[in-house]
Amino acid sequence: MASDALKDLADYIIEKLAGSVLSSGFYKGELGLNAKREDIVRILSFMRDDKECGFRVLVDICGVDYPDRVGEEGRFDVVYNLLSLRHNHRARVKVSTDEQTPVPSVVEVFSTAGWFEREVWDMYGVMFAGNPDLRRILTDYGFEGHAQRKDFPLTGYVELRYDDELKRVVYEPVKLTQDFRQFDTLSPWEGMTDVQLPGDEKAAIPAHGAKRAAKGGV
Amino acid sequence: MSAERKDIDIVEETQIKPYTMNFGPQHPAAHGVLRLVLEMEGEIVERADPHIGLLHRGTEKLIEYKTYTQALPYFDRLDYVCPMNQEHAFALATEKLLGITVPKRGQYIRVLFCELGRILNHILNITTFALDVGALTPALWGFEEREKGMEFYERVCGARLHANYFRPGGVSQDLPAGLLEDMMEWVEELPKFLTDVESLLTENRIFKQRTVDIGAVSKEDALDWGFSGPMLRGSGVVWDLRKNQPYDSYEEFDFDIPVGKTGDCYARYLVRMAEMYESIKIMKQAIEKMPDGPSRVNDRKIAPPPRAEMKSSMEAMIHHFKLFSEGYHVPAGETYTAVEAPKGEFGVYLVSDGTNKPYRCRIRAPGFAHLQALDFMSKGHQLADTVSIIGSLDIVFGEIDR
Repeated sequence: MASDALKDLADYIIEKLAGSVLSSGFYKGELGLNAKREDIVRILSFMRDDKECGFRVLVDICGVDYPDRVGEEGRFDVVYNLLSLRHNHRARVKVSTDEQTPVPSVVEVFSTAGWFEREVWDMYGVMFAGNPDLRRILTDYGFEGHAQRKDFPLTGYVELRYDDELKRVVYEPVKLTQDFRQFDTLSPWEGMTDVQLPGDEKAAIPAHGAKRAAKGGV
Repeated sequence: MSAERKDIDIVEETQIKPYTMNFGPQHPAAHGVLRLVLEMEGEIVERADPHIGLLHRGTEKLIEYKTYTQALPYFDRLDYVCPMNQEHAFALATEKLLGITVPKRGQYIRVLFCELGRILNHILNITTFALDVGALTPALWGFEEREKGMEFYERVCGARLHANYFRPGGVSQDLPAGLLEDMMEWVEELPKFLTDVESLLTENRIFKQRTVDIGAVSKEDALDWGFSGPMLRGSGVVWDLRKNQPYDSYEEFDFDIPVGKTGDCYARYLVRMAEMYESIKIMKQAIEKMPDGPSRVNDRKIAPPPRAEMKSSMEAMIHHFKLFSEGYHVPAGETYTAVEAPKGEFGVYLVSDGTNKPYRCRIRAPGFAHLQALDFMSKGHQLADTVSIIGSLDIVFGEIDR
C-alpha cells in the first residue's frame, strides 16, 4: 500500500541517518521510524532541512504507555508526527524512554513542540531536557500524578466540590457511591477457535475464516 | 513633624515591573474558559501566557476504557461547534485499521455534513469575531442561519449538537425523505446572507482598523508553529487536506482553496468567508450527485443490521446485541489519520491492540497549536489587539482541553 516514493524516502533517511534511525516500517501505507532517543534533535533537524524530506511541520507529539514492556527501552513511547507539504508525505518518528530518562527537547527545531511536550510531561511524566517551560498544562494547579499512565485509575484520587460552609472549593479523596464498574465484554467465543473443547478432538479445528464463511452462509 | 526626613531618590530610569494582568477565565472575549496571564508594558503586551485545561475532561483516557462505538460520541464534545467533522476523523481512523471502505452514498452524506459543519463553524467564528471587535449585528443574524443549519443535523440524527451520526463503516442512518430538497433550498439562499454579512464587515472601517496588520504571521512562522487550516492558508500557504490528501471522495468534487496574502487577522477572516462559498459549492454538488445505495457497509460484524431485519432474523438480533455490548474487534496496529476540520488539521492517532477498545487514542486538535502561538502573535501588540487575535484564531476549548 505504501507508495514507492515513501519507500525510497525511508531508505534515504536510514542511509543518511545510519545509527540514529534504528528501523523503519510501513503499516497501512504510513511510514514509521524507530529512532534513538539521544539523537532525536538531529533526526528532526535533518528531516526538516533536507530537500528530499522537507518535513517542515511538526503536527503532533504524543506519548503512549506500555507498562508491561520490559527491557532497557522503557515503558513509554514518544511519537512525533511530521508532515511534508512539499512532497505531501507524512512520517512518524518514535523514541522510547522510561520515567527517569529525559528525552531531548525539540523546541529549538520546531517552536510548536513546546506545548506538546508539556502535555506529554503532564500526562505521562516523561521529562524533556531543554524545554524552557516544562510546566503542567491540562491538569489542575497542584495536581499530583500523571493521569494517562495505564496504572493511574480512571476516577483519579482527588475530587473537589464547593463547600457552602467554608465558602470555597475543597479537595477531598475520591469517594465512589458504588464500585467502579469495568465490564469485561470480551466474548470467549470468538477467541475459542484454538482451544480444545471436549469432544472436538474428533473434528479438525476449523480455521477462523472458514468458520466465518460458514456462519454467513446460514 | 519629625526632624528626620528621608529623601526618596527618584531617578529618571526607575524601573517599574511589567504590569501583570489576568484575562479570563470568565471573559466573553476569551471564547470559553481561557485564562490568560498578560505581562503588560503600559498598553503593550510583552508576554501572553495562556493557562488552559479548565475544561479538561480526560477524553483520551476515557476512550481507552470504552469500545469503539462508545468512544465516538466523545468526539462531538471536543469541538462542539462542528461536531461531525471530529467524528469523521475517528471514523476514518477506525475504518483504516479495520480495512473497510464506506459505500459511495455514505461517503457523500459525510461530505455533505462535513461541509455543513464547516459553514456552521465559520458563521459562528466570523460573527463572534466581529462581536469581539465591536460589531453586534452579524452575531444576531448569524445565529439565525446557524440554527437553520443545525435543524438539518437534528433531522438526520435527532440531535442539534451531539450528533453521533458518522460511524465507522458509514453513517448511523440514511437521510430522511425530503431532507436533500430542503438543504438545497437553504444552500441556495445562503449566499444572500453571506453577502449581507460581508457588506457589514469587509469594507467596514472599524473592522479593518481592528484587524488589518494585526497578528500577522509569515509563511515560515506559520509552518514552524504547526498552523493548519484557515490559519495556514491565511498566511499564503496553499494546503488543504481535502485537496492534497483527499478522503471520502473529496477528489470528485470541484472546489477551490482560498488563500490569504497578508497573514493577518483580516486575511484569516477573508479566507473563512471565501471558504463558506466553496463549501456551498461542495454541498450543492453532493446533493445533486448523491448516489443511491446503502449508507453503511454491509458487514454485520461492524455495522448493525436494519431494524426491520432484526424483527424477523435471529442472526440479525444476535449481531445487534453483540455490536452494542462487546463491539467489534479492531486488528492490532496504529494509524495517524487527519481530516481538514473547519479549524484546521484534526488528527486521530489510534493504537489498537486487537481488542474491542482502543489502546491509545491521541487527539490532535488544531486549536492547541494555534493557541500556543498566541504569545508570539500578540507580542508588541496592544491589549485590544490580543482580543482580535484570539477571535481570529478560532479557538474552542472543548478541543483544546480535551
